[in-house]
Amino acid sequence: MSLISVLARAEAAESGRAAPLATVRHRHLAAHPLVLVPLTTAGEDAAPLGALVGTDRGAPRLLTVPQPRNRELRSTFLAALAEEVLPHIESAAEEVEYVERKETEPETGKKVTVQAELCLDAPQLLVPNPAGVEFLRLLGRATRFRRTAEEDPQAAHPSPPRVPLLGRWLSHYAERARVPGSSLLLPVTELLIRHWATGRSTLEDQHLAALLAWIAPPPGTTGEAAALHAELARDERGQLLVPPAGPSTDPAFDNTLLGPAIDRFDAGVADAAADLAHLVEAQLRPTWDAVWHAVDLLRTLPPAAHLPARWRRDRHSYTHHRDRVGAGEPPQPRRDDAVTAARKLVSREQSQAELDAQEALDDPLTMAERRLAGEAFAGEVLDVTMAYSEGKRPMPRPLVTCRSEDGPLPEGTARLHRALPSGGEQRGEVAEHGEVFTVRLTNGMGRSKEPAEGSVPEPGERLCWTLFEHAPRGGPGLPEPEATPWTHGGPPAQLPEPPDAFTPEDRL
Amino acid sequence: MTEQAGTRHASVVDAVLHDTLHSPERGVVVDSPPGAGKSTLVVRAARELAAAGRRLMLVAQTNAQVDDLVDRIATADPHLPVGRLHSNEPDPYDPLLDAHESVRTSAKPADLAELGVVVSTAAKWAWVKTESPWPQAIVDEAYQMRSDALLAVAGLFERALFVGDPGQLDPFSQVGAGQWAGLAHDPSMSAVGTLLAHNAELRRHRLPVSWRLPASAAGLVSSAFYPYTPFTSGTSPGDRRLTFEAASSGSAADRVVDEAAASGWGLLELPERHTPRTDPEAVAAVASVVRSLLTRGGLAYGERSPEPTALTQARVAVGTAHRDQAAAVRAALAKAGFPEVTVDTANRLQGREFDVTVVLHPLSGRPDATSFHLESGRLCVLASRHRHACVVVCRAGVARLLDEHPSAEPVELGAEVAFPDGWEANHAVLAELAEHTVRTD
Repeated sequence: MSLISVLARAEAAESGRAAPLATVRHRHLAAHPLVLVPLTTAGEDAAPLGALVGTDRGAPRLLTVPQPRNRELRSTFLAALAEEVLPHIESAAEEVEYVERKETEPETGKKVTVQAELCLDAPQLLVPNPAGVEFLRLLGRATRFRRTAEEDPQAAHPSPPRVPLLGRWLSHYAERARVPGSSLLLPVTELLIRHWATGRSTLEDQHLAALLAWIAPPPGTTGEAAALHAELARDERGQLLVPPAGPSTDPAFDNTLLGPAIDRFDAGVADAAADLAHLVEAQLRPTWDAVWHAVDLLRTLPPAAHLPARWRRDRHSYTHHRDRVGAGEPPQPRRDDAVTAARKLVSREQSQAELDAQEALDDPLTMAERRLAGEAFAGEVLDVTMAYSEGKRPMPRPLVTCRSEDGPLPEGTARLHRALPSGGEQRGEVAEHGEVFTVRLTNGMGRSKEPAEGSVPEPGERLCWTLFEHAPRGGPGLPEPEATPWTHGGPPAQLPEPPDAFTPEDRL
Repeated sequence: MTEQAGTRHASVVDAVLHDTLHSPERGVVVDSPPGAGKSTLVVRAARELAAAGRRLMLVAQTNAQVDDLVDRIATADPHLPVGRLHSNEPDPYDPLLDAHESVRTSAKPADLAELGVVVSTAAKWAWVKTESPWPQAIVDEAYQMRSDALLAVAGLFERALFVGDPGQLDPFSQVGAGQWAGLAHDPSMSAVGTLLAHNAELRRHRLPVSWRLPASAAGLVSSAFYPYTPFTSGTSPGDRRLTFEAASSGSAADRVVDEAAASGWGLLELPERHTPRTDPEAVAAVASVVRSLLTRGGLAYGERSPEPTALTQARVAVGTAHRDQAAAVRAALAKAGFPEVTVDTANRLQGREFDVTVVLHPLSGRPDATSFHLESGRLCVLASRHRHACVVVCRAGVARLLDEHPSAEPVELGAEVAFPDGWEANHAVLAELAEHTVRTD
């Protein structure tokens, strides 16, 4: 934990109210996100019990599985979920802009520029917490290899028509959620944790209602008291007053209310399904409201400057998957091959570095963290001396002397970076160390002998130098999967993946 | 040097060279404990491969490692042309290399194409494209190389000798890689891990003798960090001695230094307290130990020469877990007048060697023990850099802290369980240090 977040937590503990960790919002929030609050049944991974889903906070659609072990009922649930989720996911597929993209021609190996579609927006999904993301990933994995009656007329238990497609999209969203800074599928607790610090541990912050209690305590109470109430208060029947945000349910609810209700359904009691739906809705509704409350709170923060650039990557990701589905490609493989896994890891590390840099540039509070960690130095310009590089065509290499009290600059020839007022990034080399240090600017001043206007700071100006690059560059790339070397098992088999085999558990 | 250790070492080296030159398999793996002559082996293998006329590419992980290897090869064989492929950054290689006539440096692979031996970092090799792969490669520090880095360069060579220390820090990733845990090609695991998962038939050799670690340290480091692959010290008790001309002032720092000089280990224990990472008292204690080492006329006697060498700043290092701790210690030592003492984190001390090391214990003053602090490789690096003695500075209460934080990493299906367990290794080291404790109060 950084010094700033430790301080914020200490302040929150003292004041009884969450302390801000950011001055801007660091994740994209769509105008009309689809909120999905799922519940599962204990005892089986990703066995849906019910869900509230929708884009209208006043009118969520309630879906329930009155007997969660019944595969037919589960299929019906999944079909209904696909009916709710897919129209939202497909809502942005048609409106596109055209962007230029470099592609390598397979025959000639030449790089050519091609026009490609990029969807103007991408549909966003919000879930209460990371466990919700994990649940969607499992649902996606469980359904994307299913076969519909059309695909396999002999199947004893064909999947409802749109469910495999739902599985592919859920798999895509859940995989994208692993990319640092992505916003297609977001867990709301993580959004809140990024922007506010409570006076408790990060583990306790996973409780959505308690987290909200710290950030916006009801009038007349402190965050701590309200959080304790949200976590522990029970009624005379032993039921939690604020149900957990799922997907797991409270065991007391399972034993006292849910179990008997399912038994009544199994016994064929009239209205049992409706009663059970009421029960499940009562568990879901507080979380549904909490998610929207969190969205309101997050909307009070102004969006960070780099959000559109990062959201563009999400739009690319969405467009790319839309194209794959449209082209009739098979579902995502069960496991990544060596090259795909390595590419993902490298590109996620690059996204992480980019996210860290952009968050610091967008937000003085985040930059303060980096300054305290000795990774950035803010200070005043004392003097600027013009100098030129040696060589046939001398280029401007002005020497900028600054004073910073942010701690010692690293020794040696450290390379520093700063944001130019025009956007863009300027590099410099440390020429002299100390509290007063001198930086030789090395780029970003245009091509002529006189530096471009505004590219060289003036004395008295305040600058923030960073040791980290603002736009980290990509690596050299990896071989194609067909060229996987012997050290990594050679090229993977090029077989289409078969659908999941039936197991005894599929016929409970 | 004990004769028997020399014989055992030589027979392993011979087997490695034989397999590298003649084995039908495409790879040979050599596990090397700390200071077991890994670099010497790499230099010798490079010379023999060059002599056999096999074009060789040498892959190391950092520029410092590459420069060191090039320097060693050029020193060992001034007539062997060696290429140093470097980056386009400013100061891409150690200017020391320019003194060797046999070394050619370039940022372009084509300039070095006809040379028998070309050395570079894995990161630079990954940019190289070639029509005709190298018949042979040596991958140095292969346990510190990540699997995806090997994937990027493995297409460049046909066969390879992989050399590394399995006990040091595993490669790490800034982002979660749990989704690939258990896959044979998990990109976040070590290059050797992936290699062996796919090529189980490859020959593995193990260097049996640590020439660096003194007899007092080899036993502990071997049993705590290499429980199933033991090694011994190349020297006997008494072969190495550390003496001080000035007598102890009776201060805790002097007493712990004397204890370490006599036994090889010393623990300077500060009163129990939860502290920030850059615990000012612990930093001051580290500085006082360094002062005691350097101002009392320390002399190191070893097996290399009958004459003692003076303990100077260059022969002492301080190791920490975090960079901010290293920065704080560095500042304190600069103020105390010892700016040339190496102060760095475990990651950056890997592969380096000193007469005496002072270690700020990774768990000192912490309220919790995370998997970062429990990683056995971190402690192993810190506890195995010295030729004579190691002084650990630590807050009291670490044993209890360990007991309160058993390692709780999830077990992943298919993933190889790493031995030793960091928790257990930490306890083993603490138990040894307990016998060499000096308290400050």
